[in-house]
Amino acid sequence: MDLFIAIFTGTIIAATPLIFAALGELVVEKSGVLNLGIEGMMLMGAAFAFWAVIAGLPMPVAILAGALGGAAASLLFGVLALTFLTNQYAAGLALAIFGSGVSAFLGRNFGSAPIDALKKIYIPYLSDIPVIGPMLFRFDPMVYFAIVMFFVISWFLYRTKGGLVLRTIGESPETAHAIGYPVIRIRYLAVLFGGLMAGLAGAYLSVAYTPLWVENMTAGKGWISLALVVFATWRPLRVLLGAWLFGGMTILQLQGQALGIAVPSELLSALPYLATIIVLVIISQNRQMLALHFPASLAKPFRPAT
Amino acid sequence: MAAPVIATGLTLLVGSLLFAVLGYDPLATLQAFFIAPLNSLNGISEWLLKASPLILIACGLAVGFRANVWNIGAEGQLIIGAIAACGVGLFYPDPDSMLLLPLMFFAGAIAGMAWAAIPAFLRARMNTNEILVTLMLTYIATLLLSWLVHGPWRDPAGFNYPQTALLSAAAMFEPFDYAYRLNASVFITVVAVFLMWLFTDRSFLGYKMSVSGAAPLAARYAGFRESAAVWTGLLAGGAAAGIAGMAEVSGPLGQLSPQISPGYGFAAIIVAFIGRLNAFGIVLGGLLMSLLFLGGEAVQMNLGLSAALTRIFQGILLFFLLAADFFIFYRLRRIPEHA
Repeated sequence: MDLFIAIFTGTIIAATPLIFAALGELVVEKSGVLNLGIEGMMLMGAAFAFWAVIAGLPMPVAILAGALGGAAASLLFGVLALTFLTNQYAAGLALAIFGSGVSAFLGRNFGSAPIDALKKIYIPYLSDIPVIGPMLFRFDPMVYFAIVMFFVISWFLYRTKGGLVLRTIGESPETAHAIGYPVIRIRYLAVLFGGLMAGLAGAYLSVAYTPLWVENMTAGKGWISLALVVFATWRPLRVLLGAWLFGGMTILQLQGQALGIAVPSELLSALPYLATIIVLVIISQNRQMLALHFPASLAKPFRPAT
Repeated sequence: MAAPVIATGLTLLVGSLLFAVLGYDPLATLQAFFIAPLNSLNGISEWLLKASPLILIACGLAVGFRANVWNIGAEGQLIIGAIAACGVGLFYPDPDSMLLLPLMFFAGAIAGMAWAAIPAFLRARMNTNEILVTLMLTYIATLLLSWLVHGPWRDPAGFNYPQTALLSAAAMFEPFDYAYRLNASVFITVVAVFLMWLFTDRSFLGYKMSVSGAAPLAARYAGFRESAAVWTGLLAGGAAAGIAGMAEVSGPLGQLSPQISPGYGFAAIIVAFIGRLNAFGIVLGGLLMSLLFLGGEAVQMNLGLSAALTRIFQGILLFFLLAADFFIFYRLRRIPEHA
């Protein structure tokens, strides 16, 4: 039972950075913009948050610093992709490389000592319930915040006028522009939001998940988040489920290594990447479903006629 | 061709600002980064040695990029090429055979192509995004390399270091001069540049791929098969990266260790773009990018600055290059307020 609880809670925790990053990217892509630079934004977020903790700032401020680091990075992408109408693939890649460089540079003096991780909160009474208590009510606040963001984003995208406008811009920016919506400005907001969320994801890694600074500590989680959005066929609930699936994969693999299963640890470490490929292949078979939810203008530059 | 020059100039400008902010004399640091590394014959040798894989891989990648086939995983294909080549070098029965080097060359090329064939098959037949697959395969290749050098291929006489035994002399490219590391593998790159030029400027297949990239609908109307472009693009990149990996083990490395590339596969993507996806431009782009690697190492050793600066400069360079395009494609014009 203890093992089950450990795997369950481990899964939820491992999924948290993926939920932040993938939900952020979902909003960006729903507005018709493809930002491949999640990995770079996450690393910026991780570095900024870690730096803030070392500088002695309180934890909430550090997490905010991480979010802002991610947003600042996303702004670079926004200027290129939205104002300068560059190829979004290339701009996103540039951001991924740049973010990895800047974060490594910022982190050169961080040392290798762990910091005090973000505290878990034991929700009064609820956390004392046998089994369910330790499974659901003993997480750090960011875990709950990720779930809250899931509800907020689902509600925003499908239950508000703002969400409808955003989705319209992703399908047909010409239409939205003709009606009078500021396409570029809204896309900027979406990109910044994606940056904030990727920054939160990175902050979670460096101040809660690992509480250590390691260069390139995201280890592909940004790219996996990108894959999750495709896997989810651009729907929030599936993003959440997908993140849990991948979180579970990560934890099972770690548990496998801890139990000393007679398989090389590198093979186990490769499982999440392999799973990403397999899942992508399966999802790609259903062209109809992909086409149904795919933002029709994804990655196409739009310049309003004047 | 103006954009790459402008972008390089702006990158230098931002670089000097960055140095100034960090409290270093900008001019002296720029000198240490971009000029001092080339002050000696050894510097020139290192410059060309690092430019060679970058140019080679970029040529292969550009074939795909022209057709909008996004192979982002050249780093993984390089690693697999290096593993295959080193495997032949280590286990071929006659370590002094003249055949060894050619065999390693083909092993590297075929392994790189095989690794790239996975995303090609998945994209062409299974409709799966090649960006994500090539990237995921890069992580898997890195882990495979790590497993080999920590486990089955570890040199028993290597004091437990995670590395293979050194390759025999017959498995290595001969340096032009034993004082320097530059070796005959640069000729492979020269040939690749020529092939790339033939392909893009003189072949019908190259033309078809450019049409697929620039106007997919026109390409479909003309009956050019998309899957042919996908296969050609990915296999070209995979072969180039695999050969580059082979040239690394048979050149400066001489063995496998967990870290065999300072990110050549990723940097080559930028080289391809700086080079405008054509052969001549890629040569210049590769020389510039190689200088960024050298400069990063030089300021790390001499000034204690982080080698991460190289990646920062790479990112900035690509940012400026992309932005500069905008000002070239769209001419800015002032419009009077109430025209």
